[in-house]
Amino acid sequence: MITRREILQVGAATAAFAAGGSAFTRALAQQRLTEDELLRFDTLGNVTLLHVADIHGQLMPVYFREPSVNIGVGEARGQPPHITGEAFLKHFGIPENSASSYALTDQNFETLAKSYGRIGGLDRLAAAVKRIRVERGNDKVIFFDGGDTWQGSLGANSSRGQDMVDCMALLKPDAMTGHWEFTYGEARLKELIKGLDYPFLALNIRDTEWNEPAFEPMKMFEKGGIKVAVLGQAFPYTPVANPRWMMPKWSFGIREDDVRANVEKAHRDGAQLVVLLSHNGFDVDRKLAGRVSGIDVILTSHTHDALPEAIKVANTLLVASGSHGKFLSRLDLDVQGGGIKNFRYRLIPLFADAIKPDPEVSAAIAKARAPYANDLVREVGRTDTVLFRRGNFNGTFDDLICAALLKERDAEIALSPGFRWGTSVLPGQAITVEDIHNATAITYPQVYRISMTGERLKEVLEDVADNLFNPDPYYQQGGDMVRCGGLGYAIDVSKPIGQRISAMTHLKSGKAIEPKKEYVVAGWASVNEGTEGPSVWDLVERYVAATKTLRLEPNTSVKISGG
Amino acid sequence: MRQLSRRAALTLAAAGAALGFVGSGKRAPAAAKEAADQIAQFTGGKTAEKGKVSIELPEIAENGNTVPLSVTVDAPMAADNHVSEILVVADGNPNPGVATFHFSPLSGKAAASTRIRLAATQNIIAVAKTSKGEFFTNQKLVKVTIGGCGG
Repeated sequence: MITRREILQVGAATAAFAAGGSAFTRALAQQRLTEDELLRFDTLGNVTLLHVADIHGQLMPVYFREPSVNIGVGEARGQPPHITGEAFLKHFGIPENSASSYALTDQNFETLAKSYGRIGGLDRLAAAVKRIRVERGNDKVIFFDGGDTWQGSLGANSSRGQDMVDCMALLKPDAMTGHWEFTYGEARLKELIKGLDYPFLALNIRDTEWNEPAFEPMKMFEKGGIKVAVLGQAFPYTPVANPRWMMPKWSFGIREDDVRANVEKAHRDGAQLVVLLSHNGFDVDRKLAGRVSGIDVILTSHTHDALPEAIKVANTLLVASGSHGKFLSRLDLDVQGGGIKNFRYRLIPLFADAIKPDPEVSAAIAKARAPYANDLVREVGRTDTVLFRRGNFNGTFDDLICAALLKERDAEIALSPGFRWGTSVLPGQAITVEDIHNATAITYPQVYRISMTGERLKEVLEDVADNLFNPDPYYQQGGDMVRCGGLGYAIDVSKPIGQRISAMTHLKSGKAIEPKKEYVVAGWASVNEGTEGPSVWDLVERYVAATKTLRLEPNTSVKISGG
Repeated sequence: MRQLSRRAALTLAAAGAALGFVGSGKRAPAAAKEAADQIAQFTGGKTAEKGKVSIELPEIAENGNTVPLSVTVDAPMAADNHVSEILVVADGNPNPGVATFHFSPLSGKAAASTRIRLAATQNIIAVAKTSKGEFFTNQKLVKVTIGGCGG
């Protein structure tokens, strides 16, 4: 019943190009990629869901390299989204060097990026959403923002989310949920939510005083002649993964029973379609779908997975829409008698050169960026190595950050959080102030310098590894492994907590890390209140400026097994 | 000395139950064994049947010093057949005893809520006793993490 390979039309049309050849020019690639082709969709059924998530403050088109390493454990082992590179292409039948391959994998990234260009941009997203609303009829379309929209760039951080709120308002989302939005603190978040024309849904947040729901849990829509209930689920571990002191009055959690109760209420209220707008992360949602019945669609986010097909778990369809504004998900549904009879899905890559930007939103973006315009484009240095972050264990951008931490804070070991957001910089390009902030823009950027024993360092690595590789997804937090500078280790992801990490080595001396010995450690993004130190972006800027042209050696300091 | 008030500083609602605490506040060896001993004492050595008891706890604690706990038993509360007590133990705390909740048929519902302190990642085990001398149990793993690095 399903046309599962909508996106492959894009792939097929461009498959004729072989990467690397001199004939493979940008102009040719652009010629073949058209807005019509990207947005072409054989309309189906009575209602259309549009979903974007994890934009992370990116108003402009970006380069974003998808991960090379994304290991799944337990039931998720070897299952999408835990396949990468060639295996990913093979699994989904995507031709090598095609536009889809460039958008969805790390394969030939540097070459293909030069050919296919940047992806995303809120004005391109706006154009796509607008066109679909017109073509489909707005009475049949619901557009969702899955959250992590208001954080992740210099502009977002400086305006404390305002630039993103102002620009997103023009796209008229119908509902949103969140995660990093909470790191602006309770007062600011409430202020921003007050200004929205659409609800911020989060059924899984309660106040810490009375344990009562603190946000609107759901909203009912009438679209395409049916009642659609949309339930919001914020990132369950926001006060664990991010500073709890920034949101002390709110308690989060997966709260499966609350999800169940709201799903039941939605059905009682006459919903014919129940949608969970979720910031749980893909594996958590996969488990949830198998345990809570009555959810027709989960619009997943948080783990930044981009999947060209909807995944069915029990009777629930899971959609994964990628990150950084690269993709818009379109899901057409034929809902009959309280169930999905048929569906068609397409993950639309928003190739910036192919999609004509919406002029109103382009103007709003220019206005939002104006206060920082000079700063954003200022060249700090250059890079010969591709800079990227995504991957379970390391990325070159974090190698850069760790090198900066070691040098600028005169430390033996550096720790950089395993965030999954942050854009890429191509070899031969300038590293701008904007690039640095795209990898560091948070509201708790202080770089600490402390002394830690080898024992404590192991505890930290074990703790973070368990957040990533606990076989039960409900105990995962959805980030990647903490990045280490000056420290090598081996990890067996199949082992339980306390037994995954071994062979910890102080790289400079080549000596084993001693449990009782104290090491000088520099790091950033501490969740503890009152952390002191310079802002990480200033420190990285200083390091890049001094280095002038960056050239990073391949990082071989983490030995992985058990995956 | 571990004070009782630190283990259950905030009693939100005990659903009509009389709330009492296990243990005398003495420092006990941190061990799953003591937790098992307390359960054995509570059941008189009988094996509790898994089920009927639902424990509401976060999978990962936001703050190990005050973790919200709710426990509910799906059972009748009739005069001749009702839940009379619920024992809650934490098998990784220095003192595993958390609380014993007492109920009567007038309680209407065997449900209680409180907040507990967890020293580390561990299982929270609840055992319900009925007036007919039956025992039901369930448990949930709560992870206490160092935090950070997510997202």
